[in-house]
Amino acid sequence: MDALARLGRVGIDFLENLGRAHLLLWAMLRGVDDLMRRPRLLVEQIHSVGVLTVLIIAVAGTFVGMVLALQGYYILTQFAAEQMLGVMVAASLVRELGPVVAALLFAGRAGSALTAEIGLMKATEQLAGLEMMAVDPVKRVLTPRFFAGLISVPLLGAMFSALGVLGGFLVGAGLLGVDAAGYWSVMQTRIDFYGDLVNGGIKSVVFGVACTWIALYQGYEADPTSEGVGRATTRTVVHSSLAVLGLDFILTALMFGE
Amino acid sequence: MTADEPLVKIRGLRFFRSGRMIFDGVDIDIPRGQVSAIMGPSGTGKTTLLKLIGGQLRPAEGQILVDGEDVAELNNSDLYRLRTRMGMLFQSGALLTDLTVFENVAYPLREHASLPESLLRKLVLLKLEAVGLRGARALMPAELSGGMARRVALARAMALDPMMIMYDEPFAGQDPISMGVLVDLIRALNDAARLTSIIVSHDVKEAAGIADVIYVLAQGKVMEAGPPEQLLKSEQEWTRQFMHGHADGPVHFHYPAAALEEDLLHG
Repeated sequence: MDALARLGRVGIDFLENLGRAHLLLWAMLRGVDDLMRRPRLLVEQIHSVGVLTVLIIAVAGTFVGMVLALQGYYILTQFAAEQMLGVMVAASLVRELGPVVAALLFAGRAGSALTAEIGLMKATEQLAGLEMMAVDPVKRVLTPRFFAGLISVPLLGAMFSALGVLGGFLVGAGLLGVDAAGYWSVMQTRIDFYGDLVNGGIKSVVFGVACTWIALYQGYEADPTSEGVGRATTRTVVHSSLAVLGLDFILTALMFGE
Repeated sequence: MTADEPLVKIRGLRFFRSGRMIFDGVDIDIPRGQVSAIMGPSGTGKTTLLKLIGGQLRPAEGQILVDGEDVAELNNSDLYRLRTRMGMLFQSGALLTDLTVFENVAYPLREHASLPESLLRKLVLLKLEAVGLRGARALMPAELSGGMARRVALARAMALDPMMIMYDEPFAGQDPISMGVLVDLIRALNDAARLTSIIVSHDVKEAAGIADVIYVLAQGKVMEAGPPEQLLKSEQEWTRQFMHGHADGPVHFHYPAAALEEDLLHG
C-alpha cells in the first residue's frame, strides 16, 4: 500500500510540476508585448545565451563534420561512392546532428547558466525585490531570456551544420582526395530545401523552446539555497538532454518516417 | 480617509505555511508618519508579515488594509500600482548584481517614470546623497560592504518617493558603525520625507531606540504592543524575557526532550 501511495505521490508531483511549467510558459509568452517595447533586453540576452555559445558550437561543429567525413569515406569507398561524401555529411548534419548536438551543447553551456542565474536571483531576493518595485520579474527577467533562447538555438544549429559541412570538405577534399567540385555539386542536387533544411530548422526551434523553458522553469522553481540552485542546475542539463533526445525521436518519426 | 486613520490596518490575520500556523488572529495598526517596529524571536514570521503587507503572500483569513485598500483583494495591476507607493528594504539589499549603484537606484525611476536623462541623473544623485553614497555611484554591488549595500537599497526604495518603507531586519549582521548609520538614517528619512516606516527586527536596543511603537509577536499572536518605554518596563513575563534577553523564562533554554537521565541510560 505504501508503494502505491508513493507512486501516486510521484504522479501527482509530476503533474503539478507540468502544470506550473505551463503556467510559467503562458506568463512568459504574455510578456511579449512588453518585450517589444524594450528590444534592448532581448539583444542583451541573445548576446549572453547565444553569442557566448558560438565558440563551443563552432569548434564542435567543425570537428563533428571532420569525423563524419573520415567515417563516411571509409564506408563509401567500399561501394565506390566517394562522390556521395558531401551529401552524407550534409544530410547527417542538417537533419540530425546539427539540431541535436547544438541543443545539447546549448543546454550544457547556456541552459545551466540560465538556471543558476535565475536561481541565485531568487535566493538573493532580487526577484522579490523587483516584485516590490512593482516590476513583474517574469516579464522583465524571464521573457527576454526565453525568446533569446528561442532565437539563438536555431541559429546555433544552422551554424553547427554549416561549419560541419565545411569541416567535412576540408577532410574530404584536402586529406582524402575526394573531388572538391563533386563534394559540393552532388550535395547541392541531393539536399532538399523543405525535406532537409526546413525539417532540421523545425527541430532546432522545438529544441530551443524545450531547453530554454526547462532552464528557466528550473531556476524559477529552485529552492533558494546554494544546494537547491546546484540541484536545479543539474536537473536542467539532465531534463534538457532527455527532452531533446526524446523529442528528436518523435520529430524524426513524424518527418522522415514511412 | 482621515489623517488619523492608520496607514496599515491588519485585522484577524491568519496565515499557514506548509500546514504550520504562522499567524493566528493578528491585529496590528501602523500609524501614519511614525516608525513602528515589529519584533519577536527568529521564526515568528516577521518577514512573512512584510510579504503579506506587500501582497507577495495572501492571508488565509483576515484583512490587510494599506491606505484603505485590501491588499489581498486587489488585481495585479492595482497591486503593482499600490507597490509603487511602498518601498521595501530586503535583508540582503536585493540589489541587481549586474547594474551599478547608480543604475540600481535609477531602476524604479526608469521603469515607472519617463523622465529626461538629465533630471533622472539629478534625482538619483540626490537619493544617493541622502544615504551618503553619492561618491560610490560607479561601484558594482559586489564591491560594497553589507552596510553600504543596504544604504543603496534604501536609496532605491525611496526613489519613487513612497508613502511607506518596510525594513526587513535592517540591523542584522552590521558592525557598530554601520548599525549606528542605519539607525540614524531610518529615523531621519522617516521624519524628513514624512514617511511611515515599519521595521522588522530582533535587535531590541536599536529598534527600541528609534521606534515610536513596538509590536511584539510570538506564537502567532501579538504578545504586547505599545511605546518602547512601556514594553521595557512590562510586567508580562514573555515580553520581559524578550526585551531583556533572559536565557530562560516562558521560552525555555532547552528544546523539548525526554529527561536527561532517561536519555543517557537508555542510549
